[in-house]
Amino acid sequence: MTEEEIIDLVQRTLFSIAPEFEGEKIEPGSAFRDQFEIDSMDFLNFIIAMHEATGVDIPEVDYPDLETLEGCVGYFQKKHQAPKSELEGE
Amino acid sequence: MEGGTVVEWLKQPGDEVHHGEIIAVVETDKGAIEIEVFEDGILKDIAAAVGEYRDVGDVIAQIEGVAGAGVTSSESVAVGGSDTSTPRRIRVSPAARRRAKDLDVDLDIVSGTGVAGAITISDVERTAGATGQGAEAEAKLENRAAGIDLVRMRSAIGAAMTRSKREIPHYYVSATIDVTRMTSWLATFNEEVPVAERILPAVPLIKAVARALDQVPQINGTWADDAFQASKEINIGVVIALRGGGLVAPAILNTNELSVAELMAKLRDLSGRVRQGHMRGSELTGSTFTISNVGEGNVEAILPIIYPPQVAILGIGSINVRPWVVDGEVRRRQLITATLAGDHRASDGRIGARFLGALDKLLQEPEAL
Repeated sequence: MTEEEIIDLVQRTLFSIAPEFEGEKIEPGSAFRDQFEIDSMDFLNFIIAMHEATGVDIPEVDYPDLETLEGCVGYFQKKHQAPKSELEGE
Repeated sequence: MEGGTVVEWLKQPGDEVHHGEIIAVVETDKGAIEIEVFEDGILKDIAAAVGEYRDVGDVIAQIEGVAGAGVTSSESVAVGGSDTSTPRRIRVSPAARRRAKDLDVDLDIVSGTGVAGAITISDVERTAGATGQGAEAEAKLENRAAGIDLVRMRSAIGAAMTRSKREIPHYYVSATIDVTRMTSWLATFNEEVPVAERILPAVPLIKAVARALDQVPQINGTWADDAFQASKEINIGVVIALRGGGLVAPAILNTNELSVAELMAKLRDLSGRVRQGHMRGSELTGSTFTISNVGEGNVEAILPIIYPPQVAILGIGSINVRPWVVDGEVRRRQLITATLAGDHRASDGRIGARFLGALDKLLQEPEAL
C-alpha cells in the first residue's frame, strides 16, 4: 500500500465512524481521540474496519501505533501483507 | 424532558404490531426516541400526527390487543421517565407551553409566578431573555448533531442535575480497586478471538457492577412517592458522550442476565444508535442504576451526580498503572478509583462501602463474570 492509499483509507474509515467531522484535515501527529473525540468503542470499530480493509492482523499491543495518522502510515507500510480483497470504493 | 414531536410513523392504523416493534419516532431534547410497543395487537387510532407535539405521558396511539378484545394500551411518549415520576408536577398553561416551545425554553428551569406556581407566558419570556435561549434558537440549527439538538440537550442536562443537587442528599464512598487480573484476563481473551469479537474493559466492569448490585440491592431502584422503590430488574444506564457535547445514559436492560459477549454486543449497538440519535423509549426510562466511566486518559476519579429518580451512580476513573502493595511487596499494578454516589434518603455510606467491597471481589475473578 502506498502512503496515499493508507491516508485515503484512514480518512474514509475515520469519517464513517465520526461523520460529524467529515471534511476536516487530519493532523498527522495528533491522536484521533483528541482531534475527533474518538472513544474506546470508536477506536475498536476503527481497528476492525482497518483490519477488514487491509487484511493485517492488529493485535491489541499494537494499538498505540495506530492512534495517529502518522502512526497508521508507518504501521501499515511496514506490516502490510497482500490485501484480502480490493479496497471498497465510495 | 417535557415531551416530544412525532417525526415519523412506521406503522399505520390497521397494521399488526408485535412486542418490541418500533412504531414511531419522536424527537425530544434527548434526541430522536423510537417508540416501541410492549404487546401484540392491531394499531387502531393514531392520536398524534407527524409534526404534532405531545407531553410526556400523553397517548399517541391505541393498540387493540389480540388476546382480549378492547385491550387498549396507551403507548405514550413517556420518554425521559425521570420526569414522569417526579412528585413535582409543573403547572403550565397551554399557551405558555407553546411559547416555551417557540422560544426553545426548557420548562424545568422556569419558575412560575401564576396561580399555584403555574408557569405563564411572561415567565417563559423572562427565562428566555435571562438565559439567551431565544437568541440561541438560530444558533441551535448549527448545533444539531445527528438529529440531536445540543442546545436543548445541554439545558435538559442542566435541569436534571440541578434537580438532583437540590433534592438528593448525596453521600460519596470511594475505593481504589486493583484491576490487573481483569485486564490480563481480557488481554488473553482478546488475543484468542478475531478482531471483531474483542471486548472492551468497560464490559467486564459493567458486568461486575451488575453482579455487585445483585448482592447489594439497596441501591438498585428509584426514589418515588417519598420512598425507595427497589427494582427486581438490574438495568444499568451507561453514560455515553456525544461528539460535539452532551451525553445520554441509555439503559442496558437486565444487565445481570447478559454474558460478557452479549454485553459487548449490546454496548456496541447502543453507542452506535445513541450517536445517530436512535434510542428506544424503554432505554431512556428503564435505568435502575448508572455508571459513568471516563474511559482512557489520565482521570484519577469521577465524582458523579445521581440521575433522578435513581438513588445511586458509580463513577469509574481511568485505568492507570500505579505502585501498589500486593502480598507485602510493592508492585506495578493497574488500578481504578471507583466512587459511588448514593442518595442518603435511601441508604447510607455503609451500604455504599459494601457495594464497593463486592465489586472489588468480583473483579478479582474476571473469568467467573
